[in-house]
Amino acid sequence: MIDLARYHDPLTIQRLLHRARTIAIVGLSANELRPSNFVGFYLQRHGYRVIPVNPRETEILGEVSHPSLSDVPERVDIVNVFRAPAALPAIAEEAVAIGAGALWCQFGVINEEGARIAEEGGLEIVMDRCLKVEHARYIGRMHWLGFNTQQITSVRGGLQ
Amino acid sequence: MTAEHDQPGETRAFGFETRQLHAGQRPDPNTGARAVPIFQTASYVFEDPESAAAYFNLQEYGNTYSRIMNPTVAAFEERVANLEAGVGAVAFASGIAAQAAALFTLLEPGDHVVSSSALYGGTVNQLKHLLRKLSVELTWVDPDDLDAWRGAVQANTKAFFGETIGNPAGKVLDIEALAVAAHDHDLPLIVDNTFATPYLCRPIEWGADIVIHSATKFIGGHGTSIGGVVVESGTFDWSNGRFPVIADPSPAYHGLQFHETFGTYGYLMKLRAETLRDLGGTLSPFNAFLFLQGVETLSLRMERHVENARVVAEFLEAHELASNVTHPGLPASRYRPLVAKYLPGGAGAVFSFDCAGGREGGQSLIRNVKLWSHVANVGDAKSLIIHPASTTHRQLGDAELEAAGVSPGTIRLSVGIESVEDLIWDLEQGLARTR
Repeated sequence: MIDLARYHDPLTIQRLLHRARTIAIVGLSANELRPSNFVGFYLQRHGYRVIPVNPRETEILGEVSHPSLSDVPERVDIVNVFRAPAALPAIAEEAVAIGAGALWCQFGVINEEGARIAEEGGLEIVMDRCLKVEHARYIGRMHWLGFNTQQITSVRGGLQ
Repeated sequence: MTAEHDQPGETRAFGFETRQLHAGQRPDPNTGARAVPIFQTASYVFEDPESAAAYFNLQEYGNTYSRIMNPTVAAFEERVANLEAGVGAVAFASGIAAQAAALFTLLEPGDHVVSSSALYGGTVNQLKHLLRKLSVELTWVDPDDLDAWRGAVQANTKAFFGETIGNPAGKVLDIEALAVAAHDHDLPLIVDNTFATPYLCRPIEWGADIVIHSATKFIGGHGTSIGGVVVESGTFDWSNGRFPVIADPSPAYHGLQFHETFGTYGYLMKLRAETLRDLGGTLSPFNAFLFLQGVETLSLRMERHVENARVVAEFLEAHELASNVTHPGLPASRYRPLVAKYLPGGAGAVFSFDCAGGREGGQSLIRNVKLWSHVANVGDAKSLIIHPASTTHRQLGDAELEAAGVSPGTIRLSVGIESVEDLIWDLEQGLARTR
């Protein structure tokens, strides 16, 4: 059994959210009703550069879509994966090869081999977590909808 | 709207008493207000058309209209969700509205629910009559009979329903065993946790999937406001094939698949964006503010409530004019093992007993008490007394009364946080006059 708690570290998650600028979304759909499109749209609204990786599309969310991670011509801070778990080892290998900073696998995208490859390649890993939800929890407005952000603070925050 | 770049926060696991004061509130960034502000507004100004569209599409978390969301109400929702160890919560204008909405979200005509028979009379009415109007079938079971729960499951069953501590007979639900039984059949367990409060029991930690509260009771504690709340665990698999109403593309939300799109948050998003949107029954910001004032002292009040209730129950048990004291924490109670497991901090503060002299004896006690308030409510900081057969359970037939644990002489007490010797003095003199 894979120890997922290792890949849910709140400090890692917050560091990635705060430092990342460029997020490649592998498996980003052009369909506005798909979860990946929700996440890409949200991340763009919050100032991240989103790079679609989907061989079936030429452009998604106003950005050029690349057939694979290896085709992305710029530095990637986070590789965000919306693919079947079995596809993860190959994606992790590519993420290591392009020198990405982190591998972030969405809900249900769980694969031990993929995690091992990314970890040995020096990437930070988040697995079975949603990038949009974690952003909304720590930085965004998740608390406007009655969700349990588990944030306890008496520090006055910034404007939202 | 760019990502902010504060320092990463702490990851401490805070205690219950800290969370009952702080969860759900970040000091207001505009004003620094320390109390949760009352956002008494119906609507919210959108930044631009794109933002408005993103909010309505649920692509971005944004305030649209106070029937569906409000920052004061959200602070209350998150606080209860946090205390109940849930993934989130949606508040409603009453506990009954919360319960109806929780069921509406997962039921369709032709479905079936299995419910404990030992419930609050208002819930019995809702399940028995309202569900039938919606062509939903119901099977009542003795909550203590696990085989009866399992045996009642049909192909169209969609949920198990029970109360942590049944009203008014004090039957304690075996939450863990029932959750296992429900999950064996791919069903969610819904628990009304009003009488226990999250301070005494957190059903989600024992496997329950949905928790409902009448916030009017102990959560508020002041008896000033009517309200309710639905909390969800976030762990139930709504895509297991039994719940197309949640998993399939929703015709009421331009084809959105709530469970796939929002995962852990799918049920609650549907509860808010569809059920609350379409049924209304919204909690007002002012009432949410009052509930927030109450919940800040929940642990302190509950400690006194359960201690006073224990003392009053022991007094009644020794009294010659009282019998059948249903406080589940008493040594003679058959529920002692379940209390030890689920309610180690105390077995609640609402229970019943039978007055000597039947219906007349019960009514005489009600007429003669001077400190206990004769009201149709429970969970107030003040001690409350009522005669269920004349009031809360009046619409029930004899068989239903018996199933609910009520006899003609039954008196229900909600023990408050007054000086306990005053509460006993009043019952003593009231009982003496029933002779």
